[in-house]
Amino acid sequence: MKISRLVVQEIAHRFVNFVLAVIGVSIAVACLVASVTMIDAGEIQSRKLVAEGKTESERLVAKREQEVKDAGKKLNDEMRKITKGLGFNIVVLAEDEDIAAFHAEGTPTRTMPQEYVDRLAKSPIVVINHLLPIVTKKVEWAEEKQTIVLTGTRGEVPQAHRDPKKPLLDLVPKGKVVLGYRLHHPRKLKPGSKLTINGRELEVVKCHPERGSVDDVTAWVNLEEAQQMLGMQNLVNAILALECNCATVDRIAEIRGEIAKVLPGTQILERGRKALARAEARNKAKKTADASLEAARTSGKQMIASRKANADEMIASRKAQANVLVPLAVVGSFAWIVLLAVGNARQRRGEIGILRAIGMGSRDVLVLFLGKALLVGLAGGGIGYIVGYLVGTGYSGPIEQSLFDVNWLLTALLMAPALSAAATWLPALVAAGQDPAVVLQEQ
Amino acid sequence: MLISLDHITKTYTGDTGPIVAVDDVSVSVEAGEFVAVVGPSGCGKTTLLLVAGGLLRPEDGEVNIDGTDPYSLSGEQRARFRAEQIGFVFQQFHLVPYLNVLDNVMAPALVTGETSARERAETLVERFGLTDRLGHRPGQLSTGERQRVALARALLNEPRVILADEPTGNLDGDNSEQVLQALKAFTDEGGAVLLVTHDPDAVAFAGRQVMLQGGQLAQSVS
Repeated sequence: MKISRLVVQEIAHRFVNFVLAVIGVSIAVACLVASVTMIDAGEIQSRKLVAEGKTESERLVAKREQEVKDAGKKLNDEMRKITKGLGFNIVVLAEDEDIAAFHAEGTPTRTMPQEYVDRLAKSPIVVINHLLPIVTKKVEWAEEKQTIVLTGTRGEVPQAHRDPKKPLLDLVPKGKVVLGYRLHHPRKLKPGSKLTINGRELEVVKCHPERGSVDDVTAWVNLEEAQQMLGMQNLVNAILALECNCATVDRIAEIRGEIAKVLPGTQILERGRKALARAEARNKAKKTADASLEAARTSGKQMIASRKANADEMIASRKAQANVLVPLAVVGSFAWIVLLAVGNARQRRGEIGILRAIGMGSRDVLVLFLGKALLVGLAGGGIGYIVGYLVGTGYSGPIEQSLFDVNWLLTALLMAPALSAAATWLPALVAAGQDPAVVLQEQ
Repeated sequence: MLISLDHITKTYTGDTGPIVAVDDVSVSVEAGEFVAVVGPSGCGKTTLLLVAGGLLRPEDGEVNIDGTDPYSLSGEQRARFRAEQIGFVFQQFHLVPYLNVLDNVMAPALVTGETSARERAETLVERFGLTDRLGHRPGQLSTGERQRVALARALLNEPRVILADEPTGNLDGDNSEQVLQALKAFTDEGGAVLLVTHDPDAVAFAGRQVMLQGGQLAQSVS
């Protein structure tokens, strides 16, 4: 017979004691495994939540990008339709005007008879809504020693229209002046202020805000006064034809053809209103789109951060619980096994006494107790792992990934016997050290 | 000389001071001899038996069992010596409650690890009429059967000496007879028996009786 048989027989004989010890170990192991399983589950769920958040965020950004793209396309389309419906502006220049110089300087330098304006106004051209004769020239503002653009202008409505409209631009009455930003701002001039330009006294009627163009250094006066000041009586540099409308697609060619019939030899340019409007619309649309996308990205980042924070909080909470529960369960289990082992050793006092008397050494008695403790630990470790795993997975909720970790199973199967043996060690030592003579005399 | 107890003194520490349980007692038992130790309760009989069994170290005197002083051995060596050289039989049987008859008989083989122990155990079980009780636990046996199991256990390792403490104290006449016959047979085969008893029938089986009184040797009668 071997000692192992003795161990097994004793377990079978005192099965309740064995079961109680196994329950104690199982609880400690189950607490540990359940805690670890829940923490692992939390980490997996956290990663999943963050990944889902990232995917959701990317999907929202992609959706928003598509919406912005669609909106931009729609905006462009609508703008194209709107600008197509709008009138366009042209400028009529003298035959000898150097177009390159005109673009470079921003002002025409050649002149045409003012009578051209009357001719156009009286012509049966129905595609022009407003005519604006202009005389303009860079001059030295003698009183202020500054180069300015002096522009004379007058509103005109083609007579061909049976329903005359209000002139597009306000006329500048005689004796009045409209000033660009760089002319009124440094001098703190306001409507009603008086000033003198090259010997002519004028009253300010309007001050334009800054436009970032040649307009900022322009002074607008009545056409007739400007012609006098510039010595260009009955001459104009350009005629602005505003809000022109044509039925055909190639409208510049059409208007050129119409004007050429009335004013042969003049040059006609379209002003960049449509292109500017489109560019402006594009810029605005892009800014809106960028802001919208940025908002979507920020929202996505916030969503991911929020999910991660929630998950981190959950894991921290589970770790905090584990930090309390596991040591408590281990200490409680240890104390429980010590109690059971002490009880068992007392119960087996007579048995140990006779075994010692018939020749069993104290080392064999230790093996007898520790062998049982190891079996208690193995059974408790196995049962505790299963219970802990089931509780952990059940408490963690549905999770796609398996939480089974062979390392924790091995840890449970090693830790539990170690715990059980450690708790049994002292009672076993006492039992092994007892004097058989004393026991036998007692009995 | 199989058992030699020479000027043995054993003292216990009691609440009121030291108690001399055995005072300068000398007893020897030859091979084939059956010696009974008698005397009133508390006269030191059991103490003398435990000293002889290597279980209780005396303050004074020498113990020699078949040429070996068990107290000169280490704890583990002494335990093995007991397992191989001495058989114990007690009034309370002291069987292991969760082992069946066969396993209880084989218990001393736990120490020696002999492979032939099972065969010997079965022979002893048969000899003591316990074959039909082989798988029973002590709780399922009668007192006589339990004592026979204890006797079979004592004989398993074929010791030279049997130390018996009131082995018939709980037995009826027939069972006592059976046990005493077995002990007598052991001495007939060359073993030595030192029996502590109050039982006059048991004394009658002994070839010699030693009487203790107050821990001292009062009389030795052949």
